[in-house]
Amino acid sequence: MSFYKPSFRHPDSPTNQLGLTRKAYEGGISTLCAGCGHDSISAAIIQAVWGLNIEPHRVAKMSGIGCSSKSPNYFLNKAHGFNSVHGRMPSVTTGANVANRDLLYIGVSGDGDTASIGMGQFAHVIRRNLNMTYIVENNGCYGLTKGQDSATADEGSQSKKGKINPFEAIDLVALALELGATFVARSFSGDKQQLVPLLQAAMSHKGFALIDVVSPCVTFNNHPGSTKSYDYTREHVEAGAVVDFVPMAQEITLDQVKGSTQKVALHNGDSVELSKLSDNYDPTDRVKAIQTLHEHKSKERLLTGLIYLEPESDNFHDILNIPDTPLNQLDEKTLCPGSDALSQINLGLK
Amino acid sequence: MSPLNTPPALAPVINDFVVKFANVNGSGSASANSMFAKAIFRMGIPVSPRNIFPSNIQGAPTWYEVRVSEAGFLGRRGGQVELMVSVNPQSMAEDVNSVCPGGYFFYDNTYPLDFKLIRDDIHYIGLPLTQITNNTFTNPRQQQLFKNIIYVGSLAHLIGIEFSALESIVNDTFARKPKLIPPNIQALQLGFDEAKTAHPDPLPLQLQRRNKNDGKVLLEGNAACGLGAVYGGATVCAWYPITPSTSVAEGFEKYAKKFRVDAKTGNNNFAIIQAEDELSAIGMVIGANWNGARSFTATSGPGVSLMQEFLGLAYFAEVPAVLIDVQRTGPSTGMPTRTQQSDILISAYASHGDTKQVLLFPATPKECFELTAQAFDIAERLQTPVIMLTDLDLGMNEHICDELAWDDTHSYDRGKVLSADELESGARFGRYLDVDGDGIPYRTIAGTHPEKGAFFTRGTSRDEYAAYTEKGEAYQRNMERLSVKWATAPKYLPKPVLTERDTTQAIGVIHFGTSHEATREALETLATSGHAANDLRVLAFPFHDEINAFIEAHEQVFVVEQNRDAQFKSLLVNELEINPKSLISVLHYNGDPISARVIHDTIELHLAAPVSSAAQNRG
Repeated sequence: MSFYKPSFRHPDSPTNQLGLTRKAYEGGISTLCAGCGHDSISAAIIQAVWGLNIEPHRVAKMSGIGCSSKSPNYFLNKAHGFNSVHGRMPSVTTGANVANRDLLYIGVSGDGDTASIGMGQFAHVIRRNLNMTYIVENNGCYGLTKGQDSATADEGSQSKKGKINPFEAIDLVALALELGATFVARSFSGDKQQLVPLLQAAMSHKGFALIDVVSPCVTFNNHPGSTKSYDYTREHVEAGAVVDFVPMAQEITLDQVKGSTQKVALHNGDSVELSKLSDNYDPTDRVKAIQTLHEHKSKERLLTGLIYLEPESDNFHDILNIPDTPLNQLDEKTLCPGSDALSQINLGLK
Repeated sequence: MSPLNTPPALAPVINDFVVKFANVNGSGSASANSMFAKAIFRMGIPVSPRNIFPSNIQGAPTWYEVRVSEAGFLGRRGGQVELMVSVNPQSMAEDVNSVCPGGYFFYDNTYPLDFKLIRDDIHYIGLPLTQITNNTFTNPRQQQLFKNIIYVGSLAHLIGIEFSALESIVNDTFARKPKLIPPNIQALQLGFDEAKTAHPDPLPLQLQRRNKNDGKVLLEGNAACGLGAVYGGATVCAWYPITPSTSVAEGFEKYAKKFRVDAKTGNNNFAIIQAEDELSAIGMVIGANWNGARSFTATSGPGVSLMQEFLGLAYFAEVPAVLIDVQRTGPSTGMPTRTQQSDILISAYASHGDTKQVLLFPATPKECFELTAQAFDIAERLQTPVIMLTDLDLGMNEHICDELAWDDTHSYDRGKVLSADELESGARFGRYLDVDGDGIPYRTIAGTHPEKGAFFTRGTSRDEYAAYTEKGEAYQRNMERLSVKWATAPKYLPKPVLTERDTTQAIGVIHFGTSHEATREALETLATSGHAANDLRVLAFPFHDEINAFIEAHEQVFVVEQNRDAQFKSLLVNELEINPKSLISVLHYNGDPISARVIHDTIELHLAAPVSSAAQNRG
């Protein structure tokens, strides 16, 4: 939360290849609570998009309802945003995406928005491998209605009022893996070093990319009994496959220690460099990813980083066989068969 | 049946009777029955076939009622039928009773008829359909299918269908599977010959060639909607299967594949998405329209229920969307395969809060085609959802209508969308500013301009520049502007159609959608008995001023609709602020299409009442 955003920027602020400073990627003043993890994620998104040299107006910011879904207001002011209805961001994004495949689609959702009311649409947008980055700002509670447990709250964790959650949590990462997501990652809003390259890799991935970001709710779920608090997360996080996003143009200059990393090429020529979890961890092996995730869970460790990546897969546009020219730019001549064709149809109806 | 009883004879009639077929659902009778109706169409005689089918896949009784009307009355006539073709033992008792005295009951006499089914006032025509097929065809599926074709061949002899008309249909139907042509012709011939041998004299119900179908086509409303969406420039169809709307999306797919596949690349210049549910379908439609692609969905009542929240968002956030609601019998699951006009109010006021949605009411397949294409212009011009209310009767039955036509000079009306150049040269962009005083603001599409035109679309209150606000006055200004837009809307909507028969303006009838044909027939009949009435067919909501003027001009006004609660009347009363007692309802809601008889009799009974309560109340 801040009440004022200074307009001053250092004249030597770094610019990206488009000649834009990060200021060009900023959004409105946040109305979230001071210290909210969601604001850190917004900052990471700004840095990621700036670093990818994407023009801000070529991004569509999509969201549902909830604290998380307000956050697209707070980054990329020059992008169109759509704050839709509770849990239904995926369908609106699907329609928008199919209409214009040329934009970068960033969907921001929360744990209530995704794991409860929006579970159905979440499952199906994964199934369709829609080319989008789906960020869950996961704090395990409903902030806007003052702290009720969400479906991602861990069994046995406490609400602010001390109530113990008796139900099993839905693990969105495990679910996404099971449903066939082609890019699955988890991160922590307090770990920008990890989150920014993950976001960049997700945004460069041609297909559905989930990043489940543990994002503590400082007002309602940042207390000793919570398993989504800053302290708990810091103590239990295990950075699994630590990634470095490598744009194709920079590849030669990268200095990685061989033997400890694995390179996974992305569809567009970019790549991610991974510091492996262990020697036998292969982030392109879905079965292994599921197994590793469960192993960490059983030890009450929060596995973060790039958990699974399928670099080459048909995304929704490929499956629908739609043209390179966005559907929203096709002209009337292309779309309307005209009166002669209709005369032929009439003949067939006699 | 007994020589002691001679059933009454029907007066000979040409081109004016009803034939009904009783079949087993899933037995392949649909194509044979359709062939029967189409042959009559090709003989130039007005014909209207209707499916009456159960909500299951196989085994239950299904009917197909074909009305032949030289006078061109294409609505349901109602009452008993002259000829019943019964090949379903399960429904025979009911089928026997549906024949009028002197009428004909055609059945498969391979098996003896139950004596309980014998009436002494109708004629029985038995032919050994099963025996013929079993003797001729070896494949069990063929035996089942050709039994249906054989009875069509028999009818060719009995009621005078031109055999050449049937042959031409077989040739057209199987043009791509020519192997199937000879056995179908053979089956027709077998039926024809058998009937001629057993019943040399044709029935008094006869067909004679006319030329009344010149310039006409035979088409289902749903297919016409799908085609209309192709012509209207829709590129995204997101839908979820539900009877009776499924064939709208299938129609769109069929014609899109025919006309919209890029010859060079093989790419589809369209996208069809079968969504996981109706909520998702309308969400996709809203997303695509928001992003500048014309998009639509098709559903029925239960789907409209599920789409309510999103429709409210689209209304308030001012996003175009096109929804084709092929109505069926409600409430709840109701009768899924029966027709009704009962989604009027839920569509007009879809979603919570003060919402109002634009409605269109087509009456013919031609109007389904035209209004669907037009709906995209209207939705983009007004930046709001447009819901087209058709129904099962129109959607899933073939109807005769004028040939479809398209004006090649017509340009799509994309409404007030600002280009990059316009943004560059224009004043400060305000997404919800009423610049032109018509309540319709300007919009921009994502990705248009690097610096100008971006705004945040939301369902929460905002000011003229799309900034979130909870200030009461800003909210109220916005809601009032939406009312101004609503008042502008009729300018872009099709006007009601007036038919004048009564110069004294004593009786007026208001109707919409598929009640059209039955109403026309009822009013023509009433006119011959001295009760001429004017009628106004409504094509759109919000209502044009002509409707109020019509109500005020007539002494008694009837409103014809196919639901229990007079929903359309409620809409008229509510929107036009008139005395509810100034309108008299003609209601029909048993799931069958409304018949001319119901309309005629209801109006006549009212007129025969000593003092019309309506007239009294108008005082």
